[in-house]
Amino acid sequence: MVERFALYRLLTDWSDMMSIMKLTATTAAIALTATSSFARDNVQIAGSSTVLPYASIVAELFGENFDYPTPVVESGGSSAGLKRFCEGVGANTIDIANASRPIRENEVAVCADAGVTDIIEVRIGYDGIVFASDIAGNSFEFTPTDWYKAIANEHFIDGALVPNTFETWDQVNPDFPAQPIQAFIPGTKHGTREVFEEQVILAGCEDGGFYEAMLAAGVDEDTAEQKCMAIRTDGRSVDIDGDYTETLARIEADSNGIGVFGLSFYENNTNLLQVATMNGVVPTTESIAAGEYPVSRPLYFYIKAAHIGVIPGLKDFAEFFVSDDIAGPDGPLAEYGLVSDPELLDVQDTIANEMVMGSGS
Amino acid sequence: MKSSLLVSDARTTKRNKAEARFKAFGLGAIAVAMLALVILLTSVIGNGASSFQQTYITLPVELSADRVDKKGNRDPVEMAKTTTIGYAPVLRDAIVAEVARLGLTTELSDKDLAEMISKEAAATVRDRVLGNPDLVGQTVTFDLLASGRIDGFFKGRVTMESAALDGNTSPDALMIAQAFADAGVMDTKFNWSFFTNPDASVQRPEAAGLGVAILGSLYMMLVVLFLALPIGVASSIYLEEFAPKNRITDVIEVNISNLAAVPSIVYGILGLAIFINFMEFNQSSPLVGGLVLTLMTLPTIIISTRAALKSVPPSIRDAALGVGASKMQSVFHHVLPLAAPGILTGTIIGLAQALGETAPLLLIGMVAFVREYPAAYTPEAGLFGEASTALPVQVFNWTQRSDPAFVERASGAIITLLVFLLIMNAVAIYLRRRFERRW
Repeated sequence: MVERFALYRLLTDWSDMMSIMKLTATTAAIALTATSSFARDNVQIAGSSTVLPYASIVAELFGENFDYPTPVVESGGSSAGLKRFCEGVGANTIDIANASRPIRENEVAVCADAGVTDIIEVRIGYDGIVFASDIAGNSFEFTPTDWYKAIANEHFIDGALVPNTFETWDQVNPDFPAQPIQAFIPGTKHGTREVFEEQVILAGCEDGGFYEAMLAAGVDEDTAEQKCMAIRTDGRSVDIDGDYTETLARIEADSNGIGVFGLSFYENNTNLLQVATMNGVVPTTESIAAGEYPVSRPLYFYIKAAHIGVIPGLKDFAEFFVSDDIAGPDGPLAEYGLVSDPELLDVQDTIANEMVMGSGS
Repeated sequence: MKSSLLVSDARTTKRNKAEARFKAFGLGAIAVAMLALVILLTSVIGNGASSFQQTYITLPVELSADRVDKKGNRDPVEMAKTTTIGYAPVLRDAIVAEVARLGLTTELSDKDLAEMISKEAAATVRDRVLGNPDLVGQTVTFDLLASGRIDGFFKGRVTMESAALDGNTSPDALMIAQAFADAGVMDTKFNWSFFTNPDASVQRPEAAGLGVAILGSLYMMLVVLFLALPIGVASSIYLEEFAPKNRITDVIEVNISNLAAVPSIVYGILGLAIFINFMEFNQSSPLVGGLVLTLMTLPTIIISTRAALKSVPPSIRDAALGVGASKMQSVFHHVLPLAAPGILTGTIIGLAQALGETAPLLLIGMVAFVREYPAAYTPEAGLFGEASTALPVQVFNWTQRSDPAFVERASGAIITLLVFLLIMNAVAIYLRRRFERRW
């Protein structure tokens, strides 16, 4: 009864209620007035989920070795990151966009419309794209043509497009075991998908002579490319819109599955996955750096030049990111699976001189 | 027709059978639900319980001046130029010396031995040295984190078989780890730092903790509590007790019920447009997160408050009015105190719902890698204006990392979140039991 009385008093006391309301109003007022433009002392980064691990490794090292706060790194995909990057200039917009593909012309135009005119493009290195399957299953030695044959939507045979009816890998290539075709490939929102289509499927279509055959049959180039890169939709190839962890889970559930991964993800899960060769080359940071392994793509980040000098530590962070200690062949990024950029010196110059895109550099 | 009470006729048998069937279906439904819960909890606890333990290695580290203080003047500003990368050889020498001291032989290279220590260790040693430059030249014993794979070995996640296939460790390294453990150099202790450390990058799963996420969630809950409770209660009291019943209040009521069913991601889009793009609050800040969750929680609080007010018998209001109380006196002196337990329960359940929410935070930049503890107030960033994450977001982040050690961390974070939710629900039940009045 005593407790109930206390509660009763608290809630019946009108002046108490008023003071709570006043406190709330003051709280809101402080929040409203104290936040204004350029009230941020940390670097803010967003973009590609492929670049995220590298960016977070650098952010962590930057935070523990410099007096600046650790940068905040978000993922969400290359396109989403660049979209937010191009929203304008100011503390409520991000300073750096990570991307697993170069910025597109229309994105530069959107940026310019919002006042983001000076963009510094930084290439941090290369990422290998590998094909891996369950460690207990069969081993594969692929060529791009095998992949084209296995998961293209239609094949060009005897002057006509016919639906792909291959069910097992030995139908694709007699050297392969009779394992059902089950591919887990990155979904269309990933930058990796574009690389996969161009460097594996289209390349396979061209290597196998299908592209030329289509041109010879009078198909125009654009249509032929589209037909080459169309992926079958009958369930033999599954788009994974999530991360590589999801691809791994799918392969663990279906041991016939063969998935597309980033090299660094594979290297951290070698006890679960075995990697396939491509054109007889085993993917490693060395074979990708040497240009022997055919499927790789450059990774980038983009700096908003207008924020340099306004957001503390922005330029220092970018310079630290591409320094030899970090992005060099013996640095922590290479250890995690990034293929070091052979032209790292030029990249370092770009940041040191703040050379923006389109300045003829 | 002759019939006996002891022998049931066909119709009664049929009705009894129908009842038995219904009971069986009900039991079956409960069994399925319980089974799902048991599977979920077993998998989460099975994966995550080990995250509350952590393996440490006790190493005497020689802090020679030519490694950590190249200028030799003990000036912390000069010494800070030696980065954590520069500290790696110091730790490598320390573990090699320890292997020699214990008389162990191994085929591992010095570099492989150094990889048994977490990369976080360099930062631990460097911070200590910069904080106390007098340590330079001495040999100091540190408790350092073991690397994720070694930690996994003591927790059964990494075995000799898996290590043989693993590019990041080897059976030899696990044998050294076992020898260290036998000699008392390596020890697995309760992992307090799981609750205090900030997040860590993919290369240091062993150092990752929930510190920033817990702070961020706490700040957001404070914002939600101080905004949603007064606004929600005030609007429900007005709607329930004072508002005239007409078309406008009907429309408002229908809309509030609809708002409660709006997918939470929509509130995130709203928050991005209003709080970040228009009002220019900081991205990733608990203030914006709290405001978004306030919008999301308001309908829940209004609906439960109105239900609580409705459940107070009209006779109480009539009696108050009858002895001459004003409408407001009757509400604030009599109805509100009696409805308070229901209001509190609704609020706590609303808060618990907000605590577990991820989707709207995705759009306002809170799904991020944040290592700095957010301050509640800074003159530059304002109240709750510094970047942070939240508990469910941390789970989401960790499940996407490539290192398998993060699976354990993510499950540990789920357990922590579940414990917080359980506590909040228990408080709600306690308050209702304690203060509820039945008529």
